[in-house]
Amino acid sequence: MNVMTRLEKQVDTNAIKMECRDCQVYYGQTHAIKDVNVDIEDKTVTAFIGPSGCGKSTFLRCLNRMNDTIDIARVEGSFKLDGEDIYDKRVDPVQLRAKVGMVFQKPNPFPKSIYDNVAYGPKIHGMAKNKAELDEIVEKALRRGAIWEEVKDRLDAPGTGLSGGQQQRLCIARAVATEPEVLLMDEPCSALDPIATAQVEELIDELRQRYSVVIVTHSMQQAARVSQKTAFFHLGNLVEFGETGQIFTNPEDPRTESYITGRIG
Amino acid sequence: MSDASLPNGSLPSGGANPQSVSLTEPDARTKKRNAAEKRFRAYGIAAIGAGLFFLVVLLFAIVSNGMGAFQQTFINVPVYLDPAKLDKKGERNIDDIKKVSTFGYNPLIQKAVFDAVQEAGIETPLEKTKDMKALISASAAAQIRDMVIENPDLIGETIDVRILAASRVDGYLKGRVKREDVARDKNIDAEHLDLVDGLQQAGVVEKTFNLDFILGADASESRAEQAGIGVAMIGSFFMMMVVLFLALPIGVAASIYLEEFAPKNRITDLIEVNISNLAAVPSIVFGILGLAVFIQFVHLPQSAPLVGGLVLTLMTLPTIIISTRASLKAVPPSIRDAALGVGASKMQSVFHHVLPLAAPGILTGTIIGLAQALGETAPLLLIGMVGYIATNAPDGIASGLLDPNSAMPAQIYEWAKRADPAYYERAWGGIIILLVFLVSMNTLAVLLRRRFERRW
Ligand SMILES: Nc1ncnc2c1ncn2[C@@H]1O[C@H](COP(=O)(O)OP(=O)(O)OP(=O)(O)O)[C@@H](O)[C@H]1O
Ligand SMILES: [Mg+2]
Repeated sequence: MNVMTRLEKQVDTNAIKMECRDCQVYYGQTHAIKDVNVDIEDKTVTAFIGPSGCGKSTFLRCLNRMNDTIDIARVEGSFKLDGEDIYDKRVDPVQLRAKVGMVFQKPNPFPKSIYDNVAYGPKIHGMAKNKAELDEIVEKALRRGAIWEEVKDRLDAPGTGLSGGQQQRLCIARAVATEPEVLLMDEPCSALDPIATAQVEELIDELRQRYSVVIVTHSMQQAARVSQKTAFFHLGNLVEFGETGQIFTNPEDPRTESYITGRIG
Repeated sequence: MSDASLPNGSLPSGGANPQSVSLTEPDARTKKRNAAEKRFRAYGIAAIGAGLFFLVVLLFAIVSNGMGAFQQTFINVPVYLDPAKLDKKGERNIDDIKKVSTFGYNPLIQKAVFDAVQEAGIETPLEKTKDMKALISASAAAQIRDMVIENPDLIGETIDVRILAASRVDGYLKGRVKREDVARDKNIDAEHLDLVDGLQQAGVVEKTFNLDFILGADASESRAEQAGIGVAMIGSFFMMMVVLFLALPIGVAASIYLEEFAPKNRITDLIEVNISNLAAVPSIVFGILGLAVFIQFVHLPQSAPLVGGLVLTLMTLPTIIISTRASLKAVPPSIRDAALGVGASKMQSVFHHVLPLAAPGILTGTIIGLAQALGETAPLLLIGMVGYIATNAPDGIASGLLDPNSAMPAQIYEWAKRADPAYYERAWGGIIILLVFLVSMNTLAVLLRRRFERRW
């Protein structure tokens, strides 16, 4: 199987960036995440895979406390970023989200210009002293989002007027513009063509030099290509978590094997 | 496993319907369905047609009854300001001149009209100057007296004036007063009507556009020809300002809090239910509340636009809150997520992204709420916003807010109550003006919504 092409890719063990223990998430009565323990390493790409509805997005949203915005969601367990509990009462989720950025499953650009979409984060975080610096940040982010060439002549055009795939890359650019330490990407490539997908994967690889990236994907090939660690979720449980190579060649759990060989999901 | 894949080879082999029917010939079921659809459309068109018909009838009734109020009959005559009557001492002392009441002016005006009749050569059995009284509005004497007091040098001169004709004369020219009716009318006789015909031919009596109806103040029961809605309009304007400055910020702040920040629990549910119920509370209840709280308890002045505005604010708040919350709800949650996702605070996400998107809806709701408040009558009656204001506009904002005043709908109600049929016409005229305001406000709401609705 070609998913194993990058098998031999060398895996360095890095410092742990985020540490999650005994995580439970409830939506009202529904127990969506059950006893999940995951370590997100620094300068590593971690892939979350699993069938639809198994809780990948839910777990991802725990990592930057986006579940706070869902009234019925209840999160339990310990989530640590650089050793600090992110669910501590004293933690301001706003500050946390500046450090842990997110690209959502559905593209959600602001109904503003392309420029403003990307510039918004840097602006509210005071990252640019003047317009020139801001321009630079925007251009860099758009380049990293692999969309610069397409939009450089129409930065004033509305972001919502782009195609679905372009919107998603704009959202990626918007997320990287604030230079987060951890970037959570929920199926960033589900609406992209192979070329854009390759560009985003390149970006992920580049981001890995400095940050850690968590990516949810339904594409086994993509997980195998970009990630060093893979977590397989099933029905709210973390079934298996380990080196990507290990998971794809020699899964311990029969459910993992069924899934990656296409028999579940 | 629950989500295991389909058993192998069990894909349904999709194929054509065994009894294939020609597409050009609809079968019985389709025919029945189509007939039902046609019937339903016919009902819809009939319903809309009926609605339009009533609208046209209503508009026709309003316009045909009310247009008369925008025209008024005037008498143009040269009046000789006889010094022997107006300033007996001849010293042009302003105090002496002021002592002459309107009764002193009446004979002069009657004489002027009488002379005009003579000059026009109209044959009439009315041979005394006093007989002209029935043609002239009681306001004419006051009008000329004011001119003289303002400029005493006019005494001894003959001035050309345009005075109001009596309301019966006006009614005669507008077809409201008929010859058959005047037999029983003690105010005017058929001979007077002959005179009016003659004077109209001579160009002394003319019916023209009446700006004073739009800008003027109310008048006493017996001077319908003088009454205008202008001061009530100012009263309404001040009330609307109060409503706008109170209801908009309070309503928007409350909605933003409830919609974006408040936890969803029993208390907020209760508040929500209560707000919806408040919107359905009869307006007269707000009036009684305003009377009890603002006037009897806080001792704010009666008939003041401030109090009226406060009562209407209470009434408008639920409307504004409901429409604001609806437009906040209509902003997709993904926009909030996007803002929070790049590290914006709740407040930033609301004010930078959600509110601008909801603004057109909020604006529309506010304007509609204001329009509702503008047309509201019942609560105003309870707090006495039916002041009889026969003077002119208040000066300054403070007195505008605190001086007794009326409001347009209350004024219309007052007029409709009065016995003189001339007031009936004015009530319809007032309704036209009120409707013009309401229609323009609603048009503005539509335009704003069009203009600012998600431009992309
Ligand atoms: N806002 C919500 N309210 C209630 N239940 C929810 C909510 N969001 C998710 N769930 C439930 O939680 C479970 C996990 O959903 P989640 O979105 O995390 O799945 P997922 O793995 O991301 O699926 P997909 O691959 O389709 O995106 C599902 O059963 C879903 O019904
Ligand atoms: Mg998902």
